[in-house]
Amino acid sequence: MEHYMMNLTLKVWRQKNTSDSGRFETYPVKNISSEMSFLEMIDVLNEELISEGKDPIAFDHDCREGICGACSMYINGRPHGPWHANTTCQLHMRAYKDGDTVVIEPWRANSFPVIKDLVVDRSAFDRIIQAGGYISVNTGNAVDANAIAINKDNADAAFAAAACIGCGACVAACKNSSALLFVSAKVSHLALLPQGNPERKTRAMNMVAQMDKEGFGACTNTGACEAVCPKEISIENIARLNREYMMAGAASDK
Amino acid sequence: MGSTVVIRIAEIGLFLGIFLHIIQGLMLEFQNRSKRKKGYAVPMGNKGSKWYSRSMGLLGTILLLFFILHWWHFWVPARFIGHPELTELEINGVHMHNMYNLMQYTFQELWVVIAYVVACISLCWHLIHGFQSAFRTVGVSNAKYNSLIQNVGIGYSIIISLAFAMMPVSMYLGWV
Ligand code: SF4
Ligand code: FES
Repeated sequence: MEHYMMNLTLKVWRQKNTSDSGRFETYPVKNISSEMSFLEMIDVLNEELISEGKDPIAFDHDCREGICGACSMYINGRPHGPWHANTTCQLHMRAYKDGDTVVIEPWRANSFPVIKDLVVDRSAFDRIIQAGGYISVNTGNAVDANAIAINKDNADAAFAAAACIGCGACVAACKNSSALLFVSAKVSHLALLPQGNPERKTRAMNMVAQMDKEGFGACTNTGACEAVCPKEISIENIARLNREYMMAGAASDK
Repeated sequence: MGSTVVIRIAEIGLFLGIFLHIIQGLMLEFQNRSKRKKGYAVPMGNKGSKWYSRSMGLLGTILLLFFILHWWHFWVPARFIGHPELTELEINGVHMHNMYNLMQYTFQELWVVIAYVVACISLCWHLIHGFQSAFRTVGVSNAKYNSLIQNVGIGYSIIISLAFAMMPVSMYLGWV
């Protein structure tokens, strides 16, 4: 791919803290290489801001290789930017051309309050996982990995669901701010495996209860979550969670 | 048709169903809207979802307004207050309302026909999303059935809406 340089105009959401009302700031950025990543472009801008004695833009990032789920920017009206099945850190500047204007906003949902600038608090996801996104195992010698037979289709579907990196783009994209794609991925990857079976009912019930408690909206099957998910988590998982939840409710032990 | 008890029971069932759906639908819409107090400067629009799947509240509200009009045109005269154009009829000794006559009268007005057609178009989009969404909500969704559900839903939505729309249209144009 041909290398080129570009000048861009960024409109970035700046907000001092959770209680600040926030506003957009406009920044011209010059001499950006098409081979840079989007976050490197922000790094360049931040270096300039620091050298001018200004406050750099706060944003979440960690692995910068699309596996940790930390990065979270809503770029020109789409979580994680324009590319399909992609994270912000894996977005590259070749997606843009000279003279483009790029608007960058934080994830928007009551359950993801802004901490500063583009950083939002996603600890609601952690609390949903704590409510049931695990399996209990006895301590002792490790069991042989092949001791439990697992149907290949189930293993594949569980693996695909387990690919969710908890980034929250599904919530950011959903008109209802629903977290159901995330929760369904976490329930599915355990419900499909024999190891997840003993806690199957309580898992579905407790994780959904925690999700509601955190203030996420209700799913209306628009499919926006699936379209922006960097890990291509399928909304089939949502139907599976609905099934799990209904079965657990109907056959509740309590 | 309103002379048998079956129709009366169906009428009650339909009214209960529709009011439950309206109340639940409106509650869901308002609850979901309240979950994002601060919205985006650049909306996501159609990048990822179809406009009609996000517009069930709007489409449903158009349908509710239409129902009020529709009940006023036919159900209220037939059940309660009568209408000069709602004549009586006797077929095989059974006494009944001549609804056909009232329809012929009502659908001579152009704005009424347009309102009914707009409602039928809204119904079509409402059903196209609603049909397959209902299956997903009750957990029926997998690669094997999805295209079947999708296509049956689209076919059903179009046929039902078209058939409804044909009543006012054909009467206005004098086809029947
Ligand atoms: S389901 Fe996809 S979009 Fe949602 S948190 Fe997981 S990886 Fe991110
Ligand atoms: S920084 Fe880890 S996924 Fe983007």
